[in-house]
Amino acid sequence: MNQVKCDCGHVNPHGTILCEACGKIIEDGTQITAEPVIDMRYEGSARRSQTYNKSIIDKVWNFFSSVKVGVWLIIVTLIASSLGTILPQEMYIPTIMPVAEYYEDQYGWFGRLYYDLGFHNLYSSWWYLLLIAAIGVSLVICSLDRVVPLYRALKKQRVIRHESFLQRQRIYGSTNDPVNDQSFELVKEQLKKKRYNIREDNGNILAEKGRFSRWGPYVNHVGLIIFLIGSMLRFVPGMYIDEILWVREGETKVIPETDGQYYLRNVDFKLEVYDKETDNEAFGDALDSAGMVAKNYQSDVILYKTKGNTVAGEEPELEEVDSTSIRVNEPLKFEKFALYQVNYKLDELSKMSFLLTNKSTGKTFGDITVNLNDPEKLYELDNGYSVQLMSYFPDFEFGEDGNPTTKSRVPNNPAFVFKMFSPEKPEGEVSFVAIQQTIEPLGNNEYKMAFNGIETKDVTGLTVRKDLTLWIIGLGGLIFMIGVVQGAYWNHRRIWIQRKGDEVWVAAHTNKNWFGLKKEIQLVLEGTEIKEPLDQLKENQVDEGEKD
Amino acid sequence: MKKQRLLIRTVILLLLGAAVAYTLYANFTKDEVQKVEVGKKAPDFVLTDLNGEKHQLSDYEGEGVLLNFWATWCKPCEKEMPFLNNQYQAYKDQGVHVIAVNVGESNVAVSDFSKRYDLQFPIVTDKDSQVMTAYGVDPLPITFLIDKQGNVVEIHKGQIVAEADVTEMMEKIKP
Repeated sequence: MNQVKCDCGHVNPHGTILCEACGKIIEDGTQITAEPVIDMRYEGSARRSQTYNKSIIDKVWNFFSSVKVGVWLIIVTLIASSLGTILPQEMYIPTIMPVAEYYEDQYGWFGRLYYDLGFHNLYSSWWYLLLIAAIGVSLVICSLDRVVPLYRALKKQRVIRHESFLQRQRIYGSTNDPVNDQSFELVKEQLKKKRYNIREDNGNILAEKGRFSRWGPYVNHVGLIIFLIGSMLRFVPGMYIDEILWVREGETKVIPETDGQYYLRNVDFKLEVYDKETDNEAFGDALDSAGMVAKNYQSDVILYKTKGNTVAGEEPELEEVDSTSIRVNEPLKFEKFALYQVNYKLDELSKMSFLLTNKSTGKTFGDITVNLNDPEKLYELDNGYSVQLMSYFPDFEFGEDGNPTTKSRVPNNPAFVFKMFSPEKPEGEVSFVAIQQTIEPLGNNEYKMAFNGIETKDVTGLTVRKDLTLWIIGLGGLIFMIGVVQGAYWNHRRIWIQRKGDEVWVAAHTNKNWFGLKKEIQLVLEGTEIKEPLDQLKENQVDEGEKD
Repeated sequence: MKKQRLLIRTVILLLLGAAVAYTLYANFTKDEVQKVEVGKKAPDFVLTDLNGEKHQLSDYEGEGVLLNFWATWCKPCEKEMPFLNNQYQAYKDQGVHVIAVNVGESNVAVSDFSKRYDLQFPIVTDKDSQVMTAYGVDPLPITFLIDKQGNVVEIHKGQIVAEADVTEMMEKIKP
């Protein structure tokens, strides 16, 4: 591709609009602007995307380099993201029936459509991830394509600028009367007071400050990309763990994802509520209207580490590491893991006791207590009485074939088949006992198992979390904010003061806050013979920031 | 100049493309990431069966092991049990063992189930889910085929629908 040589001698890349060195408009026959003020975007540098369009690589590059494409990608992603919130996502629906049926059952034809279109699992669908990825690619390419030429142009700028460049700045003015050197000295002094960097060439001045604010948007984009990389790393095995651990009171369980290294014992789970009597009386009215209000969810736990190498399933040798309480927002932390209090189940049945009773006399012959998580097979009673547990269904229901079966191993609705042995009935009597239900399969029994109380235990639900990506995401966020501040709170201001024959020309440019710039020029030129320049877009005083 | 530009652009696009491709790949395989991989050594374990006998996986080295995880309430598990039982009897003299790991139900429930189907192979219970955690079992049923070197040959998720499938499995791990 041909390079363009400006009259000033500087060689510019193809596609340049304003010469990088002197600012003269480089005409290629079509780009003569009729506007009174030139477009200073990206310093009129050659955005390469807009000039080369040869190979397939260039075409892909140019597609992603377009800000218009980037904005559309963001809009489409926003619309898609909001679609995913219309109905609950798959991970939040109960697992009582197949997913497709659930959506149709709950939300009718719309639910069916929602499922068929794949919106039930939108945020991890391939097209959604591709959209996010396309935004990331667009960010990288847009930024690269702009920051490099902009950096070049700002670095190569000369003090002396072409007449057409100065005349067509938004802020421009000329002083036709002779200006003495004293005025120049005073201007320089006043510019320095305003913290301008001053470059001089043959008595001409370029005063510049806040150039680094031009990098704000790009710093911001770097932050965003680091943020995206951080979220991408969550898919790398071992970087991010989010598991649920249920532990009953008194139970010791292996903590998942720790390679069997750590065990947790739930000593006690507490749910405390606010009490009108003992808590601050200011809560009284609120408690009257709201009823029960939780004050504290707490699991008292002991953390163990295994000693030596044990094979899975083997009774591990445990060493206490920590004995502490886990509350909401006060996790138990060890190594890179954290255990958070997220759920609970109160009063899960743990033991049930029964009295062996003679149905006609009401006389009892001792009681048995069945541990619902690990029942015995045989319960011996005194005087030749005993009870055998023939079958046990912790979460009882009648199956499709009409036989009793269990839905899970959790004792939500225990049912038992007992065989009761007594001196009168040495061969035993069979009785099926469920909550509020007794069936005697072989006709009338002489004895029954009379319900005699329960014991319950609380279960705590903890989240096992390990997140090695958090600091990367945090770093990305921090850099993002630095970029925002950099671009928002500083302005890039330049003031050119040049001698053109007997005249002195003043021109100025800023990327935002023209009012501030004009004020500053007023102060800088105060007490000098140089006339204040005018705003050539006076009818359009609205402050327009440069788009990034 | 022109060549350099093409090179830089190609490299950047390839890098971005690779990052996107990896993310998509990782996202779609995240549900399938198993603790246990085909071709790798199966994690060792020791569990006690209903008769109080200990079974350690490494003791079975030199012979094939079909490792089945199940629960009494799991219907598909129940359906595949008779197939496993029949094929166990056919292959037990040819050096293929079946170990059925119950997910930690009470002995009463498990032995009742075992009696109902007259199960011949050893049934061990994983009381505190250690082995399930080590094998990353979820959901049930799941069957691991382990060869005589102790390596995982195949992982079958879900119900085994036909007895012929079990025969095929047995053939794969026959020493």
